[in-house]
Amino acid sequence: MDKRFKFDWLHAGLSTSAVLVFAFIYLPMIVVVFYSFSENAVNSFPIREWSTKWYGVMMRDTALLDSLKNSLIVAVAGTLIGLLLGIPAAFAVDRFHFPGKALFERIVLLPMILPGIITGVSMMSVFVLAGVKLSLITILLGHGTFLIAVVMTQVYARLKRFNRSIEEASMDLGATRMKTFFRITLPNIRTAIIGASLLSFTLSLDEIAVSYFLTGRDLTLPVQIWAMLRRGITPEVNAISTMIFVFSVVMIVIVTRLTSEKSEA
Amino acid sequence: MQDEAALAINKNERPTARRQRAWNPRLLILLIPPIIWLSIFLFAPYAVLFINSFWKVDFGSIVHEFTWGNYTKFFTNSLYYGTFLKTLKIAAWVTVFSILLSYPLAYFINFKIKKNKQLFYTLVIIPLWVSYLVRAYAWKIVLGQDGILNNVLLAVGLIDHPMEIFLYSQYAVVLALTHIYTPWVLMSIYTSLEHIPRDVLEASKDLGAGRFRTFFRVVLPLSLPGLIAGATFAFVLTMGDFLAPQLLGGTSSMMVSNVVYSLFGVANNWPLGSTIGILTLFVVLGILQLTHRLEHRTTSFEAGTRGR
Repeated sequence: MDKRFKFDWLHAGLSTSAVLVFAFIYLPMIVVVFYSFSENAVNSFPIREWSTKWYGVMMRDTALLDSLKNSLIVAVAGTLIGLLLGIPAAFAVDRFHFPGKALFERIVLLPMILPGIITGVSMMSVFVLAGVKLSLITILLGHGTFLIAVVMTQVYARLKRFNRSIEEASMDLGATRMKTFFRITLPNIRTAIIGASLLSFTLSLDEIAVSYFLTGRDLTLPVQIWAMLRRGITPEVNAISTMIFVFSVVMIVIVTRLTSEKSEA
Repeated sequence: MQDEAALAINKNERPTARRQRAWNPRLLILLIPPIIWLSIFLFAPYAVLFINSFWKVDFGSIVHEFTWGNYTKFFTNSLYYGTFLKTLKIAAWVTVFSILLSYPLAYFINFKIKKNKQLFYTLVIIPLWVSYLVRAYAWKIVLGQDGILNNVLLAVGLIDHPMEIFLYSQYAVVLALTHIYTPWVLMSIYTSLEHIPRDVLEASKDLGAGRFRTFFRVVLPLSLPGLIAGATFAFVLTMGDFLAPQLLGGTSSMMVSNVVYSLFGVANNWPLGSTIGILTLFVVLGILQLTHRLEHRTTSFEAGTRGR
């Protein structure tokens, strides 16, 4: 009896703290969603009148829509760079041993771990020195650099779990290395590649620290929102934030579906 | 899992056999493009930043004349080294709070939830994907003068006029950054807890260890690599943050990255900005090296139990 009671006490404590932490993580975001439907131009509490007018304002804001377009361009191109360089890097690290491999792995990951501001100001310095004008291209180069790391870690994690004996079987049965890659290896890591693409896309869309320093005349969405926040245009930001929130949730649900689909193997 | 462990042993045992095949042409094709890219867009920028940190500045323009002046300025002016120390302090607080918040939840989802584990896990990682700006900005609504916290406290009668100190203070910055980086720590701890084989816990129980003993002697040590990795993330990311302090903090809660931000912006002193950037870089690399070692020391303990 005594033991049973003790268990419940611990369990209750754990459950309570779990609920509280979930609340801490989610409440602020939910607050933004609620305020996006507030009629008032100031974020005052409680919300007195409800309205969807800020969504209309958002849809008519050409500067905002332009920045969204810029962000989408950068995110798509950045993801492609990440895939083109990150997948080979993952294979190199998974399949080969070479001098300096551990160092290579850690260096690739640096742009993902190092504070964005350092990457941002150092890239800005090199572009200014080389006489490259800051534009969407420079933002893209900045994003590509850390997306390589994102793709590499995702694909490498899958390759590590991938049972290579089926590749050997394929080659034993007479398939060429190429054929084995496209018919055996690629289908097996496909979901990891799609997951990495969606993750890269979302991260790029959200990136601000690096973008901030590499921005020329064309702003990306987060840089534009930042500018709006600094000018105090907040109700519209609530609406955009809600859209971003919904978009993120949809993306993450797709990705977890994709990655859990085969990962149990 | 089993063959992964076997592979790891193989790798360690026969390094010479493999090394003969190093620099195989296929490897070079895979490796050369990323290396070229990183040389241009990673090494070159850091090198330029490093070199720039030794130049002088004259009326806002860079003079190419070698000087240690920027470094002496950093270490003698309390505005610079003081802000740096304050940043370390804030980062430490954020890390500690993130761990304290994450661990129980990670533990709960991993060991106590039986159904819908996937759903809970998704709930944990959704915030990682939701815009950084949205999450930082959300606190402005909560903590602002006409914000939720003030109004609730007024209604309850705990305060009689709206408080300004909730927002534009160091507390607001620590709170928001903890909120932003907790999911990283949470995911990291969760992953390491997930890798603990359940038989180990059974064994501990069978051998007569109580719940607390099992936790402190088995679960906690085995989750250390994840905890360290998550803590490193929180610490380093906080160190580099300049947006949350600017949005939520007052002038007193400026962090080192805000100083860099203004030196590269309105203050227009790139060499001094580069100096502080380089020093931050070195400190971050030092932390990464340290925690990398710690992680390895703890991982070796985990490796023995991995081949379940």
